[in-house]
Amino acid sequence: MSNSKPVLSSSLGRKLIMSLTGIFLCTFLIVHLIGNLQLFKNDEGYAFNNYAYFMTHFTPIKVVSYLLYASIVIHAVYALILSMQNKAARPVNYARYDGNANSTWSSRNMGILGTVLLVFIATHMQNFWWKYHNDQVPYIEYQTDLSTGVRSSRALEANEFIDYQVSTDNGVEIVKARDLYKQVDFAFENPFLVFFYVLAMAALSFHLIHGFQSAFQTVGFSHKKYVPIIRFIGVWGFGVLIPIGFALMPLYFYFVK
Amino acid sequence: MAQHMNLTLKVWRQKNDKSKGQFVTIQAKDIADDMSFLEMLDVVNEDLTRLGEDPIYFDHDCREGICGMCSLVINGRPHGPKYGITTCQLHMRTFHDGQTIVIEPWRAAAFPVLKDLATDRTSFDRIQQAGGYVNVNTGGVPDANTIPIPKRIADEAFEAATCIGCGACVAACKNASAMLFVSAKISQFALLPQGQTERYERAQAMVDQMDAEGFGNCTNTGACEAECPKGIKLTNIARMNREYFTAKFFREEDVHTHS
Repeated sequence: MSNSKPVLSSSLGRKLIMSLTGIFLCTFLIVHLIGNLQLFKNDEGYAFNNYAYFMTHFTPIKVVSYLLYASIVIHAVYALILSMQNKAARPVNYARYDGNANSTWSSRNMGILGTVLLVFIATHMQNFWWKYHNDQVPYIEYQTDLSTGVRSSRALEANEFIDYQVSTDNGVEIVKARDLYKQVDFAFENPFLVFFYVLAMAALSFHLIHGFQSAFQTVGFSHKKYVPIIRFIGVWGFGVLIPIGFALMPLYFYFVK
Repeated sequence: MAQHMNLTLKVWRQKNDKSKGQFVTIQAKDIADDMSFLEMLDVVNEDLTRLGEDPIYFDHDCREGICGMCSLVINGRPHGPKYGITTCQLHMRTFHDGQTIVIEPWRAAAFPVLKDLATDRTSFDRIQQAGGYVNVNTGGVPDANTIPIPKRIADEAFEAATCIGCGACVAACKNASAMLFVSAKISQFALLPQGQTERYERAQAMVDQMDAEGFGNCTNTGACEAECPKGIKLTNIARMNREYFTAKFFREEDVHTHS
């Protein structure tokens, strides 16, 4: 038994990378869902647009967001490396392979599900992240009477908007912001985009039903009492609750707003 | 009285490890339902031999489910359509008259086909030789039970040790991963006091050899566990991962500077 290979060039090391980035991406989903629940507030996007400004300008959040982008890339790149190795490990395929007899469909199709999600992430970031960061969203001004709480809003022209501003004048709070809420409303007028979002959330569901518990198995966690809890969270939390929560957003804007 | 049946076999025929194989359709006539699957192939081979043709080459040895020699992917499942058995324990009563049965070898780069349905599984031997053993000094026979081992631990180690190294886990895995086999072999020693001396070197050496043999990477589908004739559990893979990562990040020899 001689000196061993470096951990990251081993199968288990690469799986560890998949596991850790995957878990990190799962925790992001919780934050992203809770924050975006503000889309359901009937306030012309006041809370959501302030939140969007905070999330893109608060330094610790920015640091975490770059970690997040890196995790997405690393998760996808390592998935590709591992999948290519797996393909090479079986050069001749079975003429007949009864996978359903021994495993779930989602566990065998993580690569396909992940590819759908990668396309989704690219579309999603182009639609909102890119447009928000490159001044391709409308602008809005909110005037809130601080004594009564009555709020009015009006769209701003591009030449009226300099930057995000909060000021108070005569007991009236004036907020000028990029109107990402309006952009969301606009994007989800497109039925094809709404359909694609719902489809992607179905892919997310199946990806996480297998992926969440799989990540814990990979780091070596196995316990007769706690693994069933992890499976429960993986299926009902990440496989059902979170994808449905996200899917409701495009459906709400398409059918209700 | 045994029922008799006629079957259509689609068998993978391959001359040697260099040639390209193909499926050949062979009729199996008058097969008794109390024959084992291997006995059915024996009958077919006798017919082929009488006709002056090359009999179907397949692995077998003990024919009682303990040696791990018999293989065969039958209608898309390693060791055929039942759980917890080897091919020699599969009986023809599982099939019905007129059925078509597709018979293929284990398919993995690390298990090259030698001829027809027989594959070279010496990659498993090399993994075992890389660390699946304990070094002990020979001498007088020690008294039994001088080293206390909790019953639970002994049972767990024993269950891991029931792996017969047949390779059904690799055959079932969509990635042709050998992690169930390797994890069973690591577990049986990692759990016992006798295995502690080489514990972490073992985990690293066996994982390295597994990778070098060109097996795929586990995606935790659980197909291996479902198809294992001995019921080796996925928890062994979690244990192997723990052993390996502990070796890599926390191994006593590596975490301190030695003078």
